[in-house]
Amino acid sequence: MNITLRVWRQADGHAKGRMVTYDVRDISPNMSFLEVLDVLNETLTQNHDDPIAFDHDCREGICGSCSLVINGIAHGPEAATATCQLHMRSFRDGDQIDVEPWRAQPFPVIKDLVVDRSSLDRIIQAGGFISAPTGSAPEANTILIPSPQSEQALDAAVCIGCGACVAACPNGSAMLFAGAKIAHLGMLPQGQPERDSRALSMIAQHDAEGFGACTQIGECTAVCPQSIQLDVISRFDHDVLSALRHRTH
Amino acid sequence: MQPPNRTSAGRTAIALHSTVTLKAAMAVTGLIMLLYLIAHMYGNLKYFSGRAAFDGYAHHLRTIGEPFLPYSGALWVIRIVLLLSVTVHIYAAITLWRRARAATSGRGGSRYQSRKNPRGVQRTYASFTLRWGGVVIALFIVYHLLNLTSDTIHPGGASESPYLRLINSFGVWWMVLSYTIALLALGFHIRHGLWSALADLGANTSVARRRHLNIAATTIAIVITAGFLTPPFAIFFGWPR
Repeated sequence: MNITLRVWRQADGHAKGRMVTYDVRDISPNMSFLEVLDVLNETLTQNHDDPIAFDHDCREGICGSCSLVINGIAHGPEAATATCQLHMRSFRDGDQIDVEPWRAQPFPVIKDLVVDRSSLDRIIQAGGFISAPTGSAPEANTILIPSPQSEQALDAAVCIGCGACVAACPNGSAMLFAGAKIAHLGMLPQGQPERDSRALSMIAQHDAEGFGACTQIGECTAVCPQSIQLDVISRFDHDVLSALRHRTH
Repeated sequence: MQPPNRTSAGRTAIALHSTVTLKAAMAVTGLIMLLYLIAHMYGNLKYFSGRAAFDGYAHHLRTIGEPFLPYSGALWVIRIVLLLSVTVHIYAAITLWRRARAATSGRGGSRYQSRKNPRGVQRTYASFTLRWGGVVIALFIVYHLLNLTSDTIHPGGASESPYLRLINSFGVWWMVLSYTIALLALGFHIRHGLWSALADLGANTSVARRRHLNIAATTIAIVITAGFLTPPFAIFFGWPR
């Protein structure tokens, strides 16, 4: 396959970026999208050009590092697929493919296709945890959890924190990401003691980071590589509103 | 960088004017206005019962609760509730719109260079028209009140009778056309807004529930749009006379 890539190049956070066109020849349809960038970078390095910076780690679809907007869609054209699991057979020979970084005010560009997603980490630090005594692991069956409940909690817990939801949202909202953690912990007995404070802390941090509001459009769920569903946002809304009802001051 | 270690009172204060709270305020005020629309539509359909029934209905609206309430008392209570609702609804919409613009460098859904998928993956037409549709509806309501409530603007002729005001107005082709455009904007607004309001208040708890809420929103949007559009078209085409 021969393809043309239009890639966002930006020297650093302060530089003005632009789309640069590269021809990539003789690639296999079985290559992953990131491998095509590897091949292109090999050529760029041999020609003493600056290779394209992009985030990647496990390349197995579970780490949440890869973060490319391909032809205007976060993680590209395949549903429930991270960029690293996207293969060139999803494209046609001769295609021109646009590659850009996640775009949102709380995700500043570091270089080329790499953005700083620490804002998501700070939302988790603010409240996305449970407090538990340290020491040896407790007996697993001490607290019984009905199977449907634990399954629902797990459906939310699969979030890999890639941030595609923010990249796809017309409002730049991180409600799917934050809601996944709220739903995961809020559906389990261990998450109950901090349920109210978690919801308030996480929405306070979500808004302080500059993310927008959810309008229940669902673009986030359409690009989520883990198929997180929109009901996690409704659970987040519910927990914030009930925490405000329970407030003591 | 660590997130700030907020006190319990601090995070409550922030959460009280958070995006989630503003969306909830928008949802509740939207639902109040929707309930009013259903009552309003019922009144409009009185057209088919003739002039006596329609004018009688308009008069009886003003005598609700008499002698406990003064003449037009109940109507003014409803008007004040609606005015407060629309004010909160618009305030929340503008605040949230500004936050969304700030989060996306002012370009919303078109912030990518690629123009290959400008409509996203699954966005509905209704979701695209929500903000501008809201502006169209607000402008229409101002005109609508000047036309049929205060009788200040009266294409087709002024009248003391609400029934005749209706007949006079919708005998004019461009009145029917502008009313249809406003009502279609309203239908799309309810279609996405009702679903969104219910989800914002925590009603979307599963994939199946999401489908049911969307079916309910579509059904109610169609019923309201059709219910409001029937009398003007019937008048324009002279049925029943």
